[in-house]
Amino acid sequence: MLRYIVSRLLTFLPTFFGVTLISFGFIRVLPGDPIVVMAGERGVTPERYKELVAQFGFDRPLLVQYWEYLKGVLQGDLGQSFVTKKPVWDEFFALFPATLELSLCAIVFAIVLGLPAGVIAAVNRGKFFDRALMSSALVGYSMPIFWWALLLIIVFSGWLGWTPVSGRISLMYFFDGGTGFMLWDALWSDQKGAFLSALHHLILPTIVLGTIPLAVIARQTRSAMLEVLSEDYIRTARAKGLSPSRVNFVHALRNALIPVITVIGLMVGTLLAGAILTETIFSWPGIGKWMVDSIFRRDYPVVQGGLLLIAVIVMIVNLTVDMLYGFINPKIRKR
Amino acid sequence: MNLRTTLATGLVLTALLGGAASAKTLVYCSEGSPEGFDPALYTSGTTFDASSHPVFNRLAEFVTGTTEVEPGLAESWEASEDGLEYTFKLRQGVKFHASEKFTPTRDFNADDVIFSFERQWKEDNAYFKVSGGTWEYFNGMSMTDLLKSIEKVDDYTVKFVLNRPEAPFIANLAMDFASIQSKEYADALVAAGTPELLNQEPIGTGPFQFVAYQKDAVIRYKANADYWRGKAAIDDLVFAITPDASVRYQKLKANECHVMPYPNPADIEAMKADADITMLEQEGLNVGYLAYNTKQAPFDKPEVRKALNMAIDKNAIIDVVFQGSGKAAKNPIPPTMWSYNDAVVDDAYDPEAAKKMLADAGVTDLSMKIWAMPVQRPYNPNARRMAELMQADFEKVGVKVEIVSYEWGEYLERSKAEDRDGAVLLGWTGDNGDPDNFLAVLLGCDGVGGSNRAQWCYQPFEDLIQKAKVTSDMAERTKLYEEAQVVFKEQAPWATVAHSVVFMPVRKEVTGYKVHPLGSHIFYGVDIAE
Repeated sequence: MLRYIVSRLLTFLPTFFGVTLISFGFIRVLPGDPIVVMAGERGVTPERYKELVAQFGFDRPLLVQYWEYLKGVLQGDLGQSFVTKKPVWDEFFALFPATLELSLCAIVFAIVLGLPAGVIAAVNRGKFFDRALMSSALVGYSMPIFWWALLLIIVFSGWLGWTPVSGRISLMYFFDGGTGFMLWDALWSDQKGAFLSALHHLILPTIVLGTIPLAVIARQTRSAMLEVLSEDYIRTARAKGLSPSRVNFVHALRNALIPVITVIGLMVGTLLAGAILTETIFSWPGIGKWMVDSIFRRDYPVVQGGLLLIAVIVMIVNLTVDMLYGFINPKIRKR
Repeated sequence: MNLRTTLATGLVLTALLGGAASAKTLVYCSEGSPEGFDPALYTSGTTFDASSHPVFNRLAEFVTGTTEVEPGLAESWEASEDGLEYTFKLRQGVKFHASEKFTPTRDFNADDVIFSFERQWKEDNAYFKVSGGTWEYFNGMSMTDLLKSIEKVDDYTVKFVLNRPEAPFIANLAMDFASIQSKEYADALVAAGTPELLNQEPIGTGPFQFVAYQKDAVIRYKANADYWRGKAAIDDLVFAITPDASVRYQKLKANECHVMPYPNPADIEAMKADADITMLEQEGLNVGYLAYNTKQAPFDKPEVRKALNMAIDKNAIIDVVFQGSGKAAKNPIPPTMWSYNDAVVDDAYDPEAAKKMLADAGVTDLSMKIWAMPVQRPYNPNARRMAELMQADFEKVGVKVEIVSYEWGEYLERSKAEDRDGAVLLGWTGDNGDPDNFLAVLLGCDGVGGSNRAQWCYQPFEDLIQKAKVTSDMAERTKLYEEAQVVFKEQAPWATVAHSVVFMPVRKEVTGYKVHPLGSHIFYGVDIAE
């Protein structure tokens, strides 16, 4: 197992350096530089442009700029935003808890509903329930997030008034400092009703962000279950007289989980991408919107640092998923 | 929970729950996050809304709802005969805000004024490089070339000496970058080794005191009880950052906010019909235009440009592109600006006459490019669609049009080139309410190869605007600018397309809100009816 972990960790390093190179190159390949974008219609004189180029350090060769950036990264310094003038690191950690909280809720929502739905659909293959579930999954998967979010807001917040329109917590609650995880901060605050308010605000964004993962997990679970259910050992288990629920949820589901876990791991990237739209619509102060704004403003340090941190998170999640395989399927860790 | 948190929570709780103190909280669903809280470092209206208007004052200020200038932190000022010296008498007894980290020991005085400008101007000032300051507006308004010195005559008198007479100087001082900071606070931050906090935890003399900012989510302010114009009618001001216009509308309907900017044009009719919403509107201080390259044949001939202008159906553009939230433009300055010449007659939409004029000018089989901006702006919400409509209009008079576009930064850069191929869709939003800010910047000879996208340098026009720039007599300036608009119309370097109409939906219980022509959102003077 240790050798397995070390070998996985070794693949981490080249990927990490690759990401630094790509994130550095990516934003510079885009036409338009931060100075021109910042100046907008007003523009800057050629002399002033020259001064600003020197001030931002863009007059140095690209290789030197990359080397400076890499040196900073290795020392834990991701630079300072051109726009807010704050360290990228501080901005990321001020916003990341909001994205993480929402993503975790969305993935839990997707797993809790998606796994049983997939199992039930597989067991009832070809029947009405299977078809209804799989059609809903297809619709869920194809739904444009933007449209889906607005629809839910109009119905549940506008017409029915059951949920708040946007934000993380009612404006009457206010915590300065804290962990940034609103549920946690609200739970431990001395403000009555704060936790319920935070939970209330999570409902719609969780559904919106969790819809695509839910559909994917349900479909993946169904197809993995169908494969497993036709195996000989399942027939044996049934022949032994085990209850259908024990056969389906213990014998079959555990073996069907490998591809499902792979999908859940891959969903982290999807969740972060989906978070961009979900965060924008629900005014959710997370890293998705922060990254998009920074790309538009050509805020090089934020784009580079943000991409790198997101990539590292995705890598860590994938590594964890790889390790989980080992626990679920002993054959893998022995390879 | 620290003291500030407790206090703020208490205030907000009381307000929202309608507590015994019946504190009033106004929630503004703002469209974006401020970049910071030092207005001199930035150029965006979103940042100014959150910083210069609630927290700071300037020596001179725009009267809310107009482009007129009134005394602010300066009680009065005098200009010398030659227009090179301005002496300001400062207001006495003005208090800066106090926070957990800073308690002012003195009132506002001349040192604060000098500091506020020198930090943007003098490289040896301790704040010149703090927060990577690029001081874009200070430089953009040519203050570095304009200022010769700023002298403290006494604690409450300051003299600005200029290198040349500049009539819009007072209007420049009413702009956001000229907000007055506390020198005492700035010095205390330097001593504490945290000068960058000037941009994060602002201290000013304005009607609202900054309380806290949760990034990309909420900004909280409380009314400044010692405000020199009198305490604001509302007790607390909250900016709930809501980037999506449809969501802002839903929040307004659900009473989660009282005021929202920038509604979707498609929602405006429904908002007007909503009994809970009052729709305020005013023409914006902007202009959207199509600038020909007047240095290239056949666009170097005024009659060709005029003929093309007559081929454009502006009413169709207002209907389709602005969905009614625009007004056809005939002058290069907006109607809300002083010296707007309403006597100018716009070129009538007449494709037949246009065709004939082109033929008379010897132009046949003309092909041209129209550049369409890749971004939305108030003066042009959909440049691609506007270009397509113009393409169809020009087709009717026998002119073939190819539409081109570039990434925004590239677009701005490439469109400056004197040998640029094609006419450019662009626009401008006024900075200081002075016609010079439109006419000299966009159409003056100095702007050729830069902000003058028409590359148009026409001496009779240039003489008028240069004379107006150095004349301090308002009546005289007005006359000169009115004449300049007549010359502009005859020469037609642009097709003036539209001025946007700014819509501002507010809840019906909100009173005293005024739409500001400079695009700012100002909450001093606003109240909520019980």
